[in-house]
Amino acid sequence: MTGERAVDIHDLTVTYGAKPALEKISLHAHRGEILGIIGPANSGKTTLLKCINRTLELIPKARRRGRVVVEGVEVDSYSLHGLRRKVGMVFPLPVGLPLSVYDNVAFAPRMAGIRRHAVLDELVERCLRQAALWEEVKDRLWMLGSRLSGGQQQRLTIARALSHEPEILCLDEFSIAVDPVTTMRIEDVLVDLKRDVTIILVTNLVQQARRLADRVAFINAGRLVEFDVTNVIFGEQPSEQMTFDYVRGHFG
Amino acid sequence: MSWRLFGERIIELLIRLCGVSAILFVFGIFILVLVGGIDFLVYRLDLWEFFTSIEWRPTDTVEPTYGILGLIAGTAAITIVSLGLAVPFSLGSAVFVSEFCSGRTRETLKVVIELLAAIPSVVWGFTGLTLINSLIIRFTGEPVGLCVLNAGVVLALMTVPIIVSIAEDALKAVPDAYREAAEALGATRWQVVFKVLFPAAKHGLLAAVLLGVGRAVGETMAVLMCSGHSIRMPFDGKFPFVHVLSPVRTLTATIAAELGEAPVGSDHYQSLFVIGLLLFIITFAINLASDVLVKGIRRE
Amino acid sequence: MFEGTPIVWRNLTMQAAMRFLFGFMAAAMVIPLLLIVLYLITKAWPVLSWEFVSEMPRKNLKEGGIFSAILGTFIMVGISLAVSAPIGILAAIYLNEYARDNWFTRIVNLGVVNLAGVPSIVHALFGYAAVVYITGDPCILAASITLGIMTLPVIIAATTQALVAVPMAFREACWNVGASRWQTVRSIVLPNSLSGILTGVILEVSRAAGETAPILFTGAVFYKKSLPSGIFDQSMALSYQLFSVTTQGGQIPEERQYGTAVVLLLLVLVMNLASICLRVYFRSRKKW
Repeated sequence: MTGERAVDIHDLTVTYGAKPALEKISLHAHRGEILGIIGPANSGKTTLLKCINRTLELIPKARRRGRVVVEGVEVDSYSLHGLRRKVGMVFPLPVGLPLSVYDNVAFAPRMAGIRRHAVLDELVERCLRQAALWEEVKDRLWMLGSRLSGGQQQRLTIARALSHEPEILCLDEFSIAVDPVTTMRIEDVLVDLKRDVTIILVTNLVQQARRLADRVAFINAGRLVEFDVTNVIFGEQPSEQMTFDYVRGHFG
Repeated sequence: MSWRLFGERIIELLIRLCGVSAILFVFGIFILVLVGGIDFLVYRLDLWEFFTSIEWRPTDTVEPTYGILGLIAGTAAITIVSLGLAVPFSLGSAVFVSEFCSGRTRETLKVVIELLAAIPSVVWGFTGLTLINSLIIRFTGEPVGLCVLNAGVVLALMTVPIIVSIAEDALKAVPDAYREAAEALGATRWQVVFKVLFPAAKHGLLAAVLLGVGRAVGETMAVLMCSGHSIRMPFDGKFPFVHVLSPVRTLTATIAAELGEAPVGSDHYQSLFVIGLLLFIITFAINLASDVLVKGIRRE
Repeated sequence: MFEGTPIVWRNLTMQAAMRFLFGFMAAAMVIPLLLIVLYLITKAWPVLSWEFVSEMPRKNLKEGGIFSAILGTFIMVGISLAVSAPIGILAAIYLNEYARDNWFTRIVNLGVVNLAGVPSIVHALFGYAAVVYITGDPCILAASITLGIMTLPVIIAATTQALVAVPMAFREACWNVGASRWQTVRSIVLPNSLSGILTGVILEVSRAAGETAPILFTGAVFYKKSLPSGIFDQSMALSYQLFSVTTQGGQIPEERQYGTAVVLLLLVLVMNLASICLRVYFRSRKKW
C-alpha cells in the first residue's frame, strides 16, 4: 500500500497579511494511507488543508509560498475546479446545502455535467453507502438535508465530499459537532475508505490520530515539530520532547 | 466541456457589465444633461446674473433674463419649512420605534412607515392641492392656499419615512452596552436617549437628515402642484423670516412647467438643462456626504 | 419600601411625558395616512364603480372611465420592469458575489446610491434628451426605459438584501466540491433569493406606477380617444392623468379627479401591502 506520494508538500509558508500562519512545512502522504495532522488550536492545521485544494485564495490577503504537489502535479497547474474535484473536503461543522439528501450528494456530479438519472442514482447510493448513511436515509432521499440529525448530516457531508470521486479526502476535525457513537462509525468508514482514497485527517483528538493514522505530523504554532510513523510519534522515543509532551496531554 | 466554460465566460461578462451599469447611467445622465445646456452655458449665460437675479424671464422677446435666485429661494424656503417639521417628528418617531415600543406595535408602525413612503408624489401633490389648500384658506383667510407652507407640510410628510428608517437603523446600531451602562448609573429612558444615544448615533442621524434634504430639494411633482406659480422671494429680514404663506417657484417645478413649451435647442430649453445640471450637482454632493457619514459609522 | 424622593418623581414624570411625546410623533405618521385615504375615498365616492375603471374616457376625460390610463400604466410599468429587473438582478449578483473589496467596488456602490438620489425631473431631462433621441418621438418605449433606469436601484437594493441573507457557508461548501462561482450562484444562491427578488420586483412596479416626472415629456399624453397602437405610440397613464386633470384646467368634474387619485393610491398601497405580506410568508418558510 505504500508507494507513490499522493500529496507532497515542500517548504510551505503561508501568511495572512503580516501574520505568519505556516512556516516551511514539508510533509507528504502516500497513496492508500491515512496521514494524521495533530496540534493545538490555531497552529495552522486548517490553513494547511486550504492550501491543498486552493481555497486559501478565497481569503483576502492570504499568501502562499512553497510547493504543494497533488498526484504528481503542482496545485497551481491544475484548473481550479479540476483540483477541487480531485480533493474532497469535510469541515468541522456539517454544512448541508438547502437541498434534499439526494440533491446534496448529486450536486457535484451535476455540476460536472452528469445528467442521466441512472448514473446519478447509482452514484448517490454508492456515496451514501461509503459514508455509512445509506441504510438510514434510503427511504427519505427526498427529505431536506437539514432535517437529518447532526451525526447524519456530517456523514452526508462526507458522502458529498466523496461524490466527485476524489483521490484525496481531507477531514478537518470532523468529530467536533458529532456524538461519540457517530464518531466511531465514521472512523470505521475512514478505515474502509483508505483502500481507494488517500486520507488526510486533521484532528485535535490525539487518540483518534493514534487509532487511525499510519503517519502523523505534529504542527505547533505554524511549525512542523515532527513527522513520522504513528508508532514513533506515540512511542517512548519520538525525536522531539515537545511531541512526547503533547501526545501525553502535558499541554495543548 | 469547453462549450460550458465558454457559456460561463459570457455570463460572467454580462454580470460584470450590469454591475457597472449604475455608474454608467449616472455618468450618462450627467453628460447628457450637461450637453443639453452646454452651448448656452458656455457662450451666453451670464453666471453672475444667473445666481444673483430674481428675474427669470426666458420667454421675454426683447431681453430674456435668466436669474434663478428666486427659484433657489423658493427651493430653500420649502426645504427649510419641510425639514423643520419633519426632523423633530422623524427623530421622535425613530426613538419611539426603536426604544419605547416592541412586538406588534413596532411591526405595525414599520408597516405604516413603509406605506407612507410608497405614496406617489403626484398623490401627495393632489392632497396639497385639495385638502391642505382648503385648510389653509379656511384658517388664514388667504385667497389661495398654494404656498410655502402647503408644499412644506406635504414635503414633510413625504420625507418623514425616509428619515425615520435611516435614523432607526442608526439608533439600533448603537450597542446595547451603552444603554445598559447608562441605566446602571440610574439614568431614565429619556436621559439615555438624549445624553447617550443621540451623541452615539449622530453620524447616522445626520446622514438620515441629509438624505431628507436631498429628497426635499429634488422633489418635483408635489411642489409643482402645491407651491403656487409666481416667483417670489419669501425671505426678508423681519420675523418670521420665511413668509410661509407666500407662493414660490422651485428649481424643479420650473423645469417641469416650462420644458414642454421650450423649443428644442433654444436658449430657454438649454437654460432649463443648466438648472437640471445644478440640481444634479447639489443632490450628488448631498448623497456623497451622507454616504461618507454612513460609511464612517460602519468603520467604527 | 420605595421612597419617592422629589427627584425620582420628577424623573418619572419626565419619562412618562417623553414617552407620550415620542408616541405622539409616531402617531403623527399613522394619522395622516388614514386621513388621506379616507378623505380621498369619501370625495371620490360618487364616481367609484366598475365602469369607472373599465371604460374608455370620452369627451376629453369629462365622461366615461379611466381604463386607457390604467392600461397605459400597466404597459409602461411592464416594459420598465423588463429593463430594470435583468440589469438590476445581475448588477446585485456582481456586487455581492463577484466584486472584490477594493476602491473600484466602492465607486460602483457609490454609483448605485447616487442613481437612487437623482431627482426625478433630472431623469425626465435625460429621458427627453437621450431616450427620445433614440426612439425618435416621445413614445411608450421611451417613457418605459426612463422609468426603468430610475427604478433600477430599487431592484438592486432588494436583490442585494436577498443575496446577503444566504449564508456564506453554503457558497464555501459549493466551492469545495469544485463548483464555479456561476454554478454556485445559479444552483444555490439565486434559488434561495427568489423571495427577496420578488419583493423587489413588486416594489419596483409600485414605484414606477406612481412616478410622473419621468414620463411627462417622454411618452405620456393627456387624452387619446383610442388605445395606443404599439410601443412607439404615446399613451395615457394614471400618474400623469392625475397631474393633468388637476392642473391643466379643462374643468374636469371634481369627483373624477378624486376618483383618479383613489385608483392610483389604492393600486400602489395594495401592491406594497402584498410585498410586505409576501416577505412575512417567505420568512416563515425558510429552508435553513
